[in-house]
Amino acid sequence: MRRPITLYGLTFSLPLLIWQVLFFVFPLLFLVALSFWTVKNFVMQPDFDPVNWTTIYGRAVFWQAYGTTLTLAAAAAVLTSALAFPASYAIAFKLSDTARRWAVFLMVIPFFTSYLVRIYSWQIFLSDNGIINVILGGIGLGPFQMLNTVGATMIGYLTLAFPLVVLLQLFSLVFIDRTLIEAAHNMRCGRLRTVFEVVIPSARTGLVIAALFCFILAFGDFVSPVYLGGGEPTTLSILITDTTKSGQQWPRAAVIALTMIGTLMVVAFAAVKFAYKGKSK
Amino acid sequence: MTRIDPLAKGLTRRSLLATGAAALATPMLSRRAFAAPTELTMLAWYGHAEPDIVAEFEAEMNVKFVPKYYTGGDNMLGLISQSPPGTFDVILSDAEYVQALNAAGYVEELDPADYALDDYFPEFQQFPGNWADGKLFSLVTRFGFLGVAYNTDALTEAEASSYDVFWDPKLTGKVGHFDWHLPNLGQMSLLTGNASPYDIDEAAWAAVQEKTMSLRSQVGGFFDYGGTFSSLNDGQMLAFCGIGDWITGVLEKSGAKVKSVIPEQGGLQWSECFSIGKGSAKADLAKKWIQYITSAKGQAKSAQMAAYPALIPNAKGWEVLQSENPDEAKRQGMTKDAGNAMDMIRAGRIKYRQWPVQQDLETWNDFWSEYKGS
Repeated sequence: MRRPITLYGLTFSLPLLIWQVLFFVFPLLFLVALSFWTVKNFVMQPDFDPVNWTTIYGRAVFWQAYGTTLTLAAAAAVLTSALAFPASYAIAFKLSDTARRWAVFLMVIPFFTSYLVRIYSWQIFLSDNGIINVILGGIGLGPFQMLNTVGATMIGYLTLAFPLVVLLQLFSLVFIDRTLIEAAHNMRCGRLRTVFEVVIPSARTGLVIAALFCFILAFGDFVSPVYLGGGEPTTLSILITDTTKSGQQWPRAAVIALTMIGTLMVVAFAAVKFAYKGKSK
Repeated sequence: MTRIDPLAKGLTRRSLLATGAAALATPMLSRRAFAAPTELTMLAWYGHAEPDIVAEFEAEMNVKFVPKYYTGGDNMLGLISQSPPGTFDVILSDAEYVQALNAAGYVEELDPADYALDDYFPEFQQFPGNWADGKLFSLVTRFGFLGVAYNTDALTEAEASSYDVFWDPKLTGKVGHFDWHLPNLGQMSLLTGNASPYDIDEAAWAAVQEKTMSLRSQVGGFFDYGGTFSSLNDGQMLAFCGIGDWITGVLEKSGAKVKSVIPEQGGLQWSECFSIGKGSAKADLAKKWIQYITSAKGQAKSAQMAAYPALIPNAKGWEVLQSENPDEAKRQGMTKDAGNAMDMIRAGRIKYRQWPVQQDLETWNDFWSEYKGS
């Protein structure tokens, strides 16, 4: 049964509504309008011309960047989730309460430092004359090219999303009904099988939401592809900066941005639907 | 014991309070004795309103610069077009953007008599882009050359003296691009034999694209300002296309083994020009600043800017630099010796970086995106 809207409920929900309208809906509508503007001699002019959409969608480089960005973000979501799961599992089930609090604290600490600074510091490790290659050189290996590769970009995405993914996974793992796990063990279900058939399905919502956050962060990230990936392959965020560098083409950049927002919305809705599939409201 | 009452000794409570208040107010009064510095807004590349450049002028004129730094001409035009007239008193612009500033009416006309143009080398007295219909709108203040930037451990100067070095197999994956189409494609145009690298017909443009594409497998990355610095500094990139001494000069001073050379096919020239923003309420002060920074003394300072060094168009500025910092004058080629910076320009080895003449800027940028994505 729907509850009637009360003044009490409205009072608490209004700030959120105002916030969303001011800082999401209005800018989004402006971005849509902007994508139809035209640019003449570096000056943007209000217009209603679909030329920016046809130009951007007609360029092979845009679709190439789109495919690259989608693949990289999906790979980052899968990789980060897979690497974070053992960590969050151990924190949730193997550590004492005190140790768990410390682990959560340690996962929050990376957010104290700017992401850009953390990415720059990776350069010191990954470059040809960097720490890792010097160590490998000491045992007669390398040097290996690690900086300016897709692998380095992926390390950047992990730096960005790993602590958050661990925390999100953790919050869903700690709320799993322990009696389910005990029941599985009582019924002679092996440890690994329990993880795949009991723990993961029970924590599905949190795991999917964690992967979704990683996807969203990686999909729009500019810092890692540029400073660790060396700007290649071109991602959509790099394409946006390229576009604005050419004669003030903000309307075309708006087309790319709107396509990114649209993609993220589709992925987010699909992920949320999957996460809550079969769950009662 | 007798208690001494201070009030009884002629020091009344009122006089005590008055003295105290006066003592407390003294700093405020003395501060009022000096007028607060006038704020002057400057829109510029990073470094132009830093203390090493402006401190002396600020002290002399009781001025405080409020800088707004941009990265790239497009960014600059965006900031001006989104700000009300009069927001920026002084505007620094790359030469190719000055005409766009003029066309949009963002800058005031300058009186050539106000400035020490006679001290300038003749080539810079009528600098293209500064003038429109015989009127002066902007004054070139510094410039630099773009050639081959290289790691001195990996390449000799002789090897780096041709753009062909970028295709050297030992540089595979080690050639970096400064991520802006204009200088990179201009250099490719010079390599394909275009005397006017930006004024090329469709056939020549196709040749430039083909030549550029053939370099793709050598390229290790596309870098912005910060990335260019770090990848050259840590030896990640051994040669760089699209830059010059404005980057390697800074690194060289800090001991990095990098250098720039103007190759046999020629180099490009970037130039920075000062203008007074349209509607500036402090146009007189802005004029004084341009007078200062284009004077011999200001020019010598500008040549040694901490953020990035540059050549200067004022011949008397060269003399001041030679006496103040002969090493830097020599390093940058601003001496009386043969083969100095002006000789290179006069020998026709340097071409202005400018917007493409026969193609749209967009066409060049679109190709650049395709090149990066390929």
